[in-house]
This record gives sequence, C-alpha cells and structure tokens, in this order.
Amino acid sequence: MAGLPILSITIFIPLVGALLILGFRMVGGANVASSASKGIALLTSLVALVASLIALSSFDAAKVGYQFVESVPWFGGSSYKLGVDGMSIALIVLTTALTPLCVLQSATSIKDRLAEYMICFLVLETLMIGVFCALDLVLFYVFFEGGLIPMFLIIGVWGGKNKLYAAFKFFLYTLLGSLLLLAALVYMSITAGTTDVVVLQNGLHPVTGALLFPPEVQTWLWLAFFASFAVKLPMWPVHTWLPDAHVEAPTAGSVVLAAVLLKMGGYGFLRFSLPIFPEASLLFQPLMFALSVIAIVYASLVAFRQTDIKKLVAYSSVAHMGFVTLGIFAFNEIGIQGAIFQMISHGIISGALFFSVGVIYDRMHTRDIAFYGGLVHRMPVYAALFMLFSMANVGLPGTSGFVGEILTMVGGFQASTWAAAGAALGVIFSAVYMLTLYRRVVFGEMTNEKLFDIKDVTALEFFILGLLAISALAFGVFPGLIFDLTKGSTLEVLRMIGQ
Amino acid sequence: MTFQEIAAIFIVLAPGIAAVVAGLGQRFLGDKGSMAITTTLVVSAAVLAAYLFFNQVFGPHGEHGAHATTIVLSRWFDVSTFVVDWAIRLDSLSITMLFVVTSVSALVHIYSIGYMADDPHRARFFAYLSLFTFAMLMLVTADNFIQLFFGWEGVGLASYLLIGFWYKKPSANAAAIKAFVVNRVGDFGFALGFMALVFMIQPAAGVDYAAMGIHHFSSVGFDTVFNVIVNNAPVLVGGSGAPVAIQDVTFDFLGLHVWGLEVVGVLLFIGAMGKSAQFFLHTWLPDAMEGPTPVSALIHAATMVTAGVFLVCRCSYLYEHTVVAANMITIIGAVTCFFAATIGLAQNDIKRVVAYSTCSQLGYMFFAAGVGAYEAAMFHLFTHAFFKALLFLSAGSVIHGMHHEQDMRNMGGLRKKMPLTWAMMLIGTLALTGVGIPAVQGLHIGFAGFFSKDAIIESAFASPDTYGQLAFWLSIGAAFLTSFYSWRLMFMTFEGKTRADHHTYDHAHDPPLVMAVPLIVLSIGAVLAGIVFYDAMVDHHEAAFWGGAIYNAPENHVLHDRHEVPLWVLLAPAACWIGGLLFAVIFYLMAPSIPRKMARNGGPMHSFLSHKWYFDEIYNFVFVKGTALLGDVFWKIGDKKIIDGLGPDGVTGVAKASAGGLSKLHTGYIFHYAFVVLISAVVFVAFVLLGQGR
Repeated sequence: MAGLPILSITIFIPLVGALLILGFRMVGGANVASSASKGIALLTSLVALVASLIALSSFDAAKVGYQFVESVPWFGGSSYKLGVDGMSIALIVLTTALTPLCVLQSATSIKDRLAEYMICFLVLETLMIGVFCALDLVLFYVFFEGGLIPMFLIIGVWGGKNKLYAAFKFFLYTLLGSLLLLAALVYMSITAGTTDVVVLQNGLHPVTGALLFPPEVQTWLWLAFFASFAVKLPMWPVHTWLPDAHVEAPTAGSVVLAAVLLKMGGYGFLRFSLPIFPEASLLFQPLMFALSVIAIVYASLVAFRQTDIKKLVAYSSVAHMGFVTLGIFAFNEIGIQGAIFQMISHGIISGALFFSVGVIYDRMHTRDIAFYGGLVHRMPVYAALFMLFSMANVGLPGTSGFVGEILTMVGGFQASTWAAAGAALGVIFSAVYMLTLYRRVVFGEMTNEKLFDIKDVTALEFFILGLLAISALAFGVFPGLIFDLTKGSTLEVLRMIGQ
Repeated sequence: MTFQEIAAIFIVLAPGIAAVVAGLGQRFLGDKGSMAITTTLVVSAAVLAAYLFFNQVFGPHGEHGAHATTIVLSRWFDVSTFVVDWAIRLDSLSITMLFVVTSVSALVHIYSIGYMADDPHRARFFAYLSLFTFAMLMLVTADNFIQLFFGWEGVGLASYLLIGFWYKKPSANAAAIKAFVVNRVGDFGFALGFMALVFMIQPAAGVDYAAMGIHHFSSVGFDTVFNVIVNNAPVLVGGSGAPVAIQDVTFDFLGLHVWGLEVVGVLLFIGAMGKSAQFFLHTWLPDAMEGPTPVSALIHAATMVTAGVFLVCRCSYLYEHTVVAANMITIIGAVTCFFAATIGLAQNDIKRVVAYSTCSQLGYMFFAAGVGAYEAAMFHLFTHAFFKALLFLSAGSVIHGMHHEQDMRNMGGLRKKMPLTWAMMLIGTLALTGVGIPAVQGLHIGFAGFFSKDAIIESAFASPDTYGQLAFWLSIGAAFLTSFYSWRLMFMTFEGKTRADHHTYDHAHDPPLVMAVPLIVLSIGAVLAGIVFYDAMVDHHEAAFWGGAIYNAPENHVLHDRHEVPLWVLLAPAACWIGGLLFAVIFYLMAPSIPRKMARNGGPMHSFLSHKWYFDEIYNFVFVKGTALLGDVFWKIGDKKIIDGLGPDGVTGVAKASAGGLSKLHTGYIFHYAFVVLISAVVFVAFVLLGQGR
C-alpha cells in the first residue's frame, strides 16, 4: 500500500462517481440516471469510506508530523500538497462515514432531479475530504471555497420555501469571509514565496531564515483568517445564516452542513491560525473566549424560543461550536483535545438530530413544533432514539456529547474561570431547550388528527439512526479511541504556539 | 480476583444489563419477561450486597474499611492529568451504599409488580428502575469525581424518565423537566468544582507523590485529591509557577480571590444541594411526586436524593480542611430541615407531606456532615432509607387501595379497611419521629430514626463550630414539627370518620401479597436498623468500621463529645416527638374543626406555608419568565433586528436600491458566487506572478 497516493484516491473517488452519474445523465436521460445514481453514489461513497479506513489503519499515531504526504509543484510557490495528521484523518473518516448514510437517506427522500442531486453530493464529498488533506494554502482555499458551491446548489435547488433568502444570506457571509482570507493569502504568498503549510507553520522564511510574520503583521493576517473561519463555524455574531440555511436545506444537506462543513472553521483555527500566527492567537484569546461564551449562552437562549425544530437544532449547533472555540483557545492539552473531540462528537450528534428531524419531516412535511405532540404513542422506537440523541446533545455523561463539553470547559477553566462558568451556564440552558422540544414533539397526548396514522421508523431509518446512536455511546464510553489519534496533533499545535 | 471483587462487579453491572435487556428486548420478552429479568437480577445483586455489607460490619477485623479496594474496569479519560477510570471502589462508604441501594431497589422492584399491575408499559417501567439502580451504583462506587458525575447525571436521567413516566400527563412532563433542569443548576456547581480541582491539582516536579499513596496522578481521582489534601502536598496551580502547598492555594475565581479548597468545597456542595433538594434548589422534589409512587420511594426518598449527602461524606478529606464550605453545609442543612418541616404542616397531598419530610431529613444529614459528624450523617442516611421507603410504599398502598386518591382531605377512617397498611405506616412514623428511650439509665432502645436522628442532634450541640448551636435549635424545632405533621398524616388518613365517597371507601383494601412483603421487610429495617448498627456506625466501633473511608481531622472529636452533652439535650428530642404527637391528637383527633377553620380562614401564615414560601412563584417569575424573555430579546432584536438588519438584510436593502431589485441578485446568486471564486483565483494568480517577478 505504501506507494499508493491514498489521500488522492480517497479525495477523487466520489468525483469519479459524480462523473459517472453525469455520463448516465447525458447518455441515458433523466430517468435512467436517476435510478443509476442511487447505486453509483452509494457504491462510490462506500469505496471512499473503505479508502479512508485503509488510510486510518495504516496511520501511525505515534509519529510526529504529517503522513501520506503527496506533493506536486503547481504554479508560483504553491503546490498540490496533501498530508494528514490525527486530527485531519479523524475528520476525514467522519466525512466518509456520514456520506453513505446521507446518500441512503436522500435516495428515498429526494424525489426531484435525483441524479443532479447525487452529483452535487459527491462533488461536495470530494471537496470536503480535500479541505482536511490540503497542506498548501492555495489548495486549501480552492477546496474550502469550492465546497460552498455544491452546498449552495443543494440548498438553492432542493431547498424549502425560503431557499433563495437562505442561499443569499449564506452567500453574503461566506463572501465576506473568503475575500478577506484571499487577501491574507496573497500577502502571505508574496512574503514567504510559498504557500506550503509546513513552511508557514515553521514560521521562518525558507530562504533567508528570517521571521516570516512579525507580531503586528500576524494580527492583521489572523483577523483575516478569523473572518473566514468565524463565519464557517459559525461564531456569534456572524451565525445568523446557519439557522436559515438549515431550515431550507434538505435533510442530508443539513446533516453534512452541521456535521462536516461547520468543522472546517474549527479545523482552520487549529491547522492555520494557531500554528502560523501564535502571537496573534495568544493576543486574541480574550476576544475568542468572549465570543465563545456569548455563542453558548445566547444561542442556547434563542434556541429555547424557536418554533421550528430545525432552527432549534441549528441554534444548538451554534452553541456547541462555542465549546470548540473555547477549547481551542484555552491553549492547553485538555482544551484542544476536547475541542477536536467536540467537533467529531457534534458531527455525530447533530447529524443524528437532523436525520431524526428528517424522519418526521418526510412523513408530515412540516417542521413546526406545535404541529407535533404525542409521537411516542405511534413511534416508540423513534421516541427512544430521539431521546438518546437529545441526551447526547445536552451532554449527558456516557455519551460523546459529555466528553467534548467537559474537556473544553476544564481546559477553558485553566485560562479563564469566567469563560468556564459562562459555558457551564450554557449546559443548563441546553437541558431547557432540548427537553422542552422533546416534550412538545414526542410526549403528551396526540391531539393532531393528521398524526394518527404516522408510522414508526423504517428499517433504513433505523439502520442510520442506530449506527449513529452506537457511535455516540461508544465514543462517550471509550473516547480514547479518538484521543489516541489526536494527541499528536494537539501536542504539535501546542508546541507551535509555544505552550 | 477475590470473591468480594467478583460480587461487586456483579452487583454494579447486573442492574445495567437488566435495564438494557428489558429496555431493548421488551417486544420479545413481554411485560412478564422484562419484569422477571430485572427483578431477578436486582434481587440477586441485593443478596450479594447484603453479604458484603454484613461481612463488613460483623466480619473479621482485617476486612474492615481501613483500606479501599479499587477494581479498574477500563480507562475512560487519559488527557494530561485528567485521568479517569471506569472503576469500582470498595470501602465502607460504598459498601454501605451498595447495600442500601440494592436492597431498597429490589424491594421496590417486587412491590412494583403489584403496584403497576394494570399499567400497559410495565416493561419500560422496570427497565427504567433498573437503569436508575445501575446509575446509582456507578455513582457510589466511583473512585473519581467524573465517574461519580456520570452516575450523578445518570440517576438524574432515570429520575426524569420516571417522573415523566405517565407522559400523557402535562403535569408529569413539566415536573420531569423541572427536576432535570434544577438538578442541572446544581450540576453547574459540581462541574465547576471538579474543573477547579483540575486547575489546582497539577503535579509539581520533585515531589514524591507515590510516598503519599498516589500511584497514578489524576487531578480528579479520589486517591490523588484526598491524599494531596491530607498531606498538604505541594501542587502546581494552573500547571505553572512555583509549587504551593494545597491548603494554602488561592486563586482568582470569577473576580474574587479565594482559597482553593474552600471554593471547591462550596461548588461541589452546590451540586449536592441540587441533587438532595436543599433550600433554594428544593423546588423540584415535591413536584417529582407526579411519578409513580414506587419511584418516589426508591429515588426521591431512599437513594438518589441522598447522593448529595454521600458526596459530602465521600469528600470528608476536603471538608475537614474547609471552614466556609463546611459552615455553608451546616447552615443550608439546618435551614432546610426546619423550613421543609414547616411546609409539611400545610400540605394535603399524602405524598407531598412525605416528600417535604424527606427534604427535611436530608437537611439533618447535611448539617451533621457540616459539623464534622459524617458518620452520623451516613448512619441517618442508612436508617432513613428504610423507614422513608416504608412510608412512601405505605402511602402508595393507601393510594393503590383508594383508586389513586392522594388528597388526605378525602381519606380518614382507613385503619379498619387496611390494617396492614396502617401498621406499616405506624412503624414508619415511629421511626421517622424518633421514638425511643434515651440512654440515660443505660437502657438505650428505640426505632431506627431515634438512634440516628438523636446522634445528629447531639453532635450539633456538641460541635464547637460557629453554627452548631443554630443547627441544634433548628433541628429541635424541626423534630417537633416532624412529629406533628407525621401524626397529622396518620390521623387524617386512618382515624376519625371517613371523608371518602362511599364507593371508594367500601372498596378500599390492603395491598396484595407482592406489595405487602416488601412493606414488611422494610418495617423490620425501620425497627432494627438503628439499634443493630448504632455501635458500628457512630459509637464504639465507628473508627474501625469506617476506616479510611471517612476522614476526621485530629481536632474533630464531635462524635465523642456528643456523649458529654447535658441531660436536657438528650431529652429534648423525646420531648419534641411527644409534644408533636399531643398537638396532633388535639387538632386532628379531638377537635378537627380547628385546623379546618384555620385552613378556610387562611391568614397570611397559612397561605405562606401552603404556597411553600412562594418559591415556585418567585422562581417562575424570575427564572422561567426571565429566560424566555431573554431568549426572545436575543432572537427577535439581537438576531433579527440588529445582526440581520445591519448585516445581510441591510446589504440586501442597499443592493435593492442600487441594483434595482432583489430579483436580479436572486436569479444569479450561484453564478455570482462561482464568479467571485473564479475572479479570486485569477486575482490571486496575478498577484503571485507579480510577486515572483520582483
């Protein structure tokens, strides 16, 4: 296996699938392509999963630095350079594991232009994996920004009533972020003569050996990167695009958005901001703490007042991402390990929650909380699974939600007791909004006649939710499965910021 | 592995397996199968736990609690000094709790077979009961704060599920959420408490921690934390700077410069206040009575609510080195024991009376721990579990026999209809009110509560602590009130002419055998638990029994000094229960018109008490409404008006004005975006090439 460019293979398998579907679409027409697309999309996403698992199994967690590095010079100082560490391989496997589930779900729930939809999804998968593999800033930028286009189409074409407003908002925010990131990139490229991430992380000019970015320059560059990552994460106050995007997106779109796309922000901070701009990162710690705590408390309170299930879960995501930034900017092992774990865990839990919402949305075509009530009488299995995910979302010990929250808070406490106390306040509120949601949707008498015939989960839905339930519990009881993988990345980040 | 260890693993895991099997397999097992599996496993666990416990009390001295055995099952966390195992720690504290939890749980399982016989969701009910038992056992056998927290929140989940078991009832749902959320408020403190521990307890270079008995350094492990404290070992606060002896550690917490151990003590106690329904965080407990009565007996009387007391006793190593935190425990405990008793006077729901009584008795346990008599606190926890479970299950028996009537105003005269229930309730009342003969002339006999409650009251009096006297007087007052409301309950329910409607009264009956047997077993506990274990737990052999599980500082002699109190202190509790009984006889047997008139005419005192000091009203206004209001403000003004208004919507407005309509933008939004990305790339390449050319 040693010679194979396993990362490139993993990245481009879904793209091959997309091209195949495109071929069917052009040759065989819409109907043929639509039925063929299910099999092709599932197969290629499964092959991508296998490829990523092969990479994972031959990954050596004990080794420092990037592994499976591939590098092909490109133009200027940039190159097509890939490589992974423990953090990125964990996120890659999260992506490749969730995509087949999304494909399965979409195959039954998307009725319109399925072939095109699957093409978008597979292209999106390629770009998402690419983001976590890229070791060149330009390459990263291409994957990072490129990923928005298929997501954009998924919302804009297969979305709900207000899809245009949502897509437009999404566009404005990301535009702001990406333009600033681009400007910073240009400056860095000119200054360093290269966009190789390893060189930039080293902090010294590859030729002269001088300090690449003195502190005052770092401040500006850090802010530009921050703009992009903060929108993506999203952090308060640039979070308002997320609830709208989620509400309008089809189920699988929401799942990928919450589970993977948001993680790019946290990943960006850890891979670029901290190692490349250590002084600036330290400087902005108070700002990041303040924004994290505001996100946690504010979004939790707003979630409590929502009338739309998906909006509620979306605000809950904003709050949970607050823990990620809290942990990252604690600048200690516990905080950063917690932040990485929180990203994976939130990927599982928020994915599961959006799948769960999808189950009842597919049946009733509404996300209005007031419409539901008493589902437990007709859907006991669904009720049990949804309870488990709700508890994972409120961070009950024994679920993966607890591990990430508690470690980021413990880590945050070392740096600021205020930040930890504020975040802990959010843990109270999460129980308030989640249990209230559960009561209003699942418990109580079933009074709405339209619900009387609602069916419990299908075998496919049970399979998807069951897998996620097992993951949420397994990582909650044995978080070491991830810690062992990400420890090296964490220590490297800490070394680079001199902590 | 010794037999003791294998037994312990079985005891802890069996209820967990029972819960999973009954919960997931209920379709295949049916109600009967689920009940059989859960009950069998929990009863077997109880038998083994009883063996361990009696061996601990009466066995050869070598096996006494001097040293703890820890069985490590698996690693949970291993991040820096945040090292946590899934483990079972066996010492006298945990073995006592194992016995209490499994025995009451087993009896409640059996009782529920009868009590829930008509419920269509019995399988689910039994799965929850076993889940609760498992979580509680994980809590008491933890060897670190994090596993304890796992159990802590796990019992909270089980409690939430069981309070809301009848999920059709809106009041049950509301009570379930209230219980979970109020507990989370306490957990906020608990979590900050162990965060502070991790912050403070970082190893300093060159210190021989192994010599202090710390083999694996873990900032949240009991062995590490307690040994560091008791040895006053140097630690590296925040992982940097110069080492400081732990008892001298100070740091800035939320803008205050505080003593490290004090702040940890206070924070952990806030957690205990939530779980054990102490003053300020007590409001969930009475509402929790919405759950089925066996649940109230197991969770909201005998076991879960005592977890806070257990936590404080487990942390005796910490609280023996704090002043502020220990005083806080004394004050809150003393205030709760009195305050809850006053509310108990004016409640008419039979379960709520017992619930407030539980709240009050937990207050006793806390102030006992606060003045340093942890052993007395644990002893009362132990006896209370039996007589309070007995009272609750007897109340359940009344409710069961009265077709779900809970209001005592609609009872009366039931003694003839249900003599067994009456006898059981009477034993429970005698135990709760502490009937017995004080050890004045060498004769020292009485019901369970007599031994444990009097030991606490004497300790409070004997304590040199500032607030010991406060606790003493409040507890004396509470003892009087306890006797009054307990006998009030007895008389209103069982004596006089019945106020029930004909049909209900005629059909009132004693419970079936499957419910009667657990009552009888518990009544034996309510009679004997005090006299049998008094010596081991709080008297001559307490040091040998508790061993290293409970720590008393060298200057703490409160358990010995309580024997030196004046005679009137010994007699005072007896006077209280006699006085309470007399008043109850006057008001509820001889002249029942007086209290009825008082209730009807109201008066500020009566409405203050029947409204439970207006806590719910105030909390509802401040917290529930406040949270909703804040949420609305953030959402509708913060997000919609300010952020969106200035951000995307504002930009849209500008775009509309300049581009002559939003539609134009809409049609091409994707292409705009793609275009921007493309342009970006071009610009970038241009810049790079320019840069290269220089």
